[in-house]
Amino acid sequence: MSNKIEKWLETNTFHHGEFWDILKLVEEKEKKGLTISLCIPTLNEEKTIGKEIVIFKSELMERYPLIDEFAVIDSGSEDKTLAVAAAFGADTYLAADILPEVGDKRGKGENLWKAIYQLSGDIIIYVDADIKNIHPRFVTGIVAPLIHNDTVKYCKAFYDRPMAYSSGIRASGGGRVTEILIRPLFSLFFPELTALIQPLSGEFAVRREVLERIPFPIGYGVETAHILDVYHEWGLEAFAQCDLDQRVHRNQTTNALGKMSFGILQTFINRLKSYGMVDKLPELATLYRQFQAEGNRYEQVTREIVEYERPPMITIPAYRKKNGIPDPT
Amino acid sequence: MTHPLESILHHIHPHREALHSVRELLLANALMLGEIPAPTGEEAERINFLINRYTEDGLHNISIDEAGNGMAVLPGKTGKNNILVCAHADTAFQRSVDHAMSVTADSIIGPGIGDNSLGLAAIVTLPEILKRLDIRFDDNLILLGCTRSLGRGDLGGIRFFLENNTLPIRAGLSLEGIQLGRLSYSGVGMLRGEISVNVSPGYDWARFGASGSVAILTKVVQRIMEIPIPMQPPTQIIFGAINGGTSFGTRPSSANLRFEIRSEKAGMAGELKAKIMDITEEIENTSNAQIRFSLVAERQTGGLDYAHPLVKTMRQILSTLEVKPRIEPSVGELSQLIERGIPSVTLGLTCGNNKNEFNESIEIQPVFSGIAQLIALLQSIDGGLCDEQ
Repeated sequence: MSNKIEKWLETNTFHHGEFWDILKLVEEKEKKGLTISLCIPTLNEEKTIGKEIVIFKSELMERYPLIDEFAVIDSGSEDKTLAVAAAFGADTYLAADILPEVGDKRGKGENLWKAIYQLSGDIIIYVDADIKNIHPRFVTGIVAPLIHNDTVKYCKAFYDRPMAYSSGIRASGGGRVTEILIRPLFSLFFPELTALIQPLSGEFAVRREVLERIPFPIGYGVETAHILDVYHEWGLEAFAQCDLDQRVHRNQTTNALGKMSFGILQTFINRLKSYGMVDKLPELATLYRQFQAEGNRYEQVTREIVEYERPPMITIPAYRKKNGIPDPT
Repeated sequence: MTHPLESILHHIHPHREALHSVRELLLANALMLGEIPAPTGEEAERINFLINRYTEDGLHNISIDEAGNGMAVLPGKTGKNNILVCAHADTAFQRSVDHAMSVTADSIIGPGIGDNSLGLAAIVTLPEILKRLDIRFDDNLILLGCTRSLGRGDLGGIRFFLENNTLPIRAGLSLEGIQLGRLSYSGVGMLRGEISVNVSPGYDWARFGASGSVAILTKVVQRIMEIPIPMQPPTQIIFGAINGGTSFGTRPSSANLRFEIRSEKAGMAGELKAKIMDITEEIENTSNAQIRFSLVAERQTGGLDYAHPLVKTMRQILSTLEVKPRIEPSVGELSQLIERGIPSVTLGLTCGNNKNEFNESIEIQPVFSGIAQLIALLQSIDGGLCDEQ
């Protein structure tokens, strides 16, 4: 298991710096006859959406034609998100107006799902709209592994989260929900998936052939469901991940993260049910898998965590003797 | 036969409209440059950005000189003459300031966006703009991002470039992000100084009422303010920054004042400097404090005439764009160009607010006029319409 994860980390984990040459990406994309669509799902993002559109349009459409189409799909913002996006020439859609015959559900997953219908690219890239330090690498880093490697179907972003560290080695990982919910669950049930450093990141690129065959929870569980379903169908080899360095965004309250965790947990248990795992739970693993980074090299750190259980005290003969409790007959 | 200038002016409005097609390219360059911190002396990352763009655009003579300036040449059809287009790369903000820019439908907000990320962005986008408008000059364009311009940098970048440049320069344009309509064609006499007051440990604290370096520095400021300043030609003393002390009740042992004298009258800055030095000497002798005057930067008065063909052409261009000229002398790169006898002007590219504040902003729409004026002026210089007869 560890060998497979180490090997996957070696071959399928990248740093955006490897893909600085956008012209080369465009050439490779054209050689393979691929088309690429970019979707930005939004809900009240007027402060950051303008910059994202200006930079992506300039660098990835005008300067280098890496992206063939680009749409903002909105859940019904009450601020000026759509006006700002339209001012810079983005195609803007209300999720409710796409495929009206299937109705309208509110949630980010709904926008991601409807993007498959609205956009026509062979690869769809999803980038959240709340990134303060937006840069072309947020697209190039996650689409490049799909352009270069035909076996990769789904590429996730991950970010270095700088913490105070004194040596060259630093702890690295996801956000709070990843570290206290997802990673423990994956360690228990799907250990290979712990190789994904930030399974919940909102930036990912996926082939259409995958997107059109997987269901989409419309709420908090969409990223988790994707990962489980893609893994179930195509295995770890279908994934890649790319380090995009830092991502500056607004922080969520613990309260909001609680709601998110509840939604993710529902999705996770539903997946266990649909895979027939609830009645046939695998032997629970005792290895907890985290990451550490040294420069741009990531390696998994495993820790044996055995939750040994003591029996009720009343079953201990010495205790019964001390307290004059008769032996059970 | 149409006069060449009339033909250029005739194309200004169509060019302004056509420039909308490069909006994202220009703004993206301004945003990405704006998010790279560049306090004076630390412009290397911004200059690298410039160099990468020059390389992508296939420019010639791409180089970073010993002063850190980033230069490239967009070759002209004949290349007999050279026109310099420059913008300073440094900003007034420290590296620790949050440099994230934000974009609304009609503006960009962020530290340094107007001074001078937009000016620098115009330089790196210019080759692509000219390509899209299908404009090719006879002259070479020298595109220069200058380092060490502001404050103590004292125009170090442009000085080095001009001292070592071997290419003959026909005219110079210095670009500033704000304000549109700005037309500087003369360098104002300027003197930048710092006065430091230090009170020795043996100083008798009990001897005076208000004691300590801040009180003494205040006395210096008071005396400078009593110096008669002529209204014409315009002259001013700007008290830019004052620092000293640490708390409410601790007598400060050191304090300093940074100030700038600007005058359009030749020799006036020097006269005022002499008076200020007299004041510091007198107060030093009567207070037992050590007062040091240091000269940080100095510029001479000089410039083109209002009727110089370069200035006159520029006024006509602004008039065609219905932009009111804002005639103001410069203490920036222009003063060095003028000092070396290169006919030059400084232009502003758009309207903006809160210059050198954290919420500095620029308006997007007027940028198209700003770039259109730049192109028209370059065409005029290239066509020989701005040469003195």
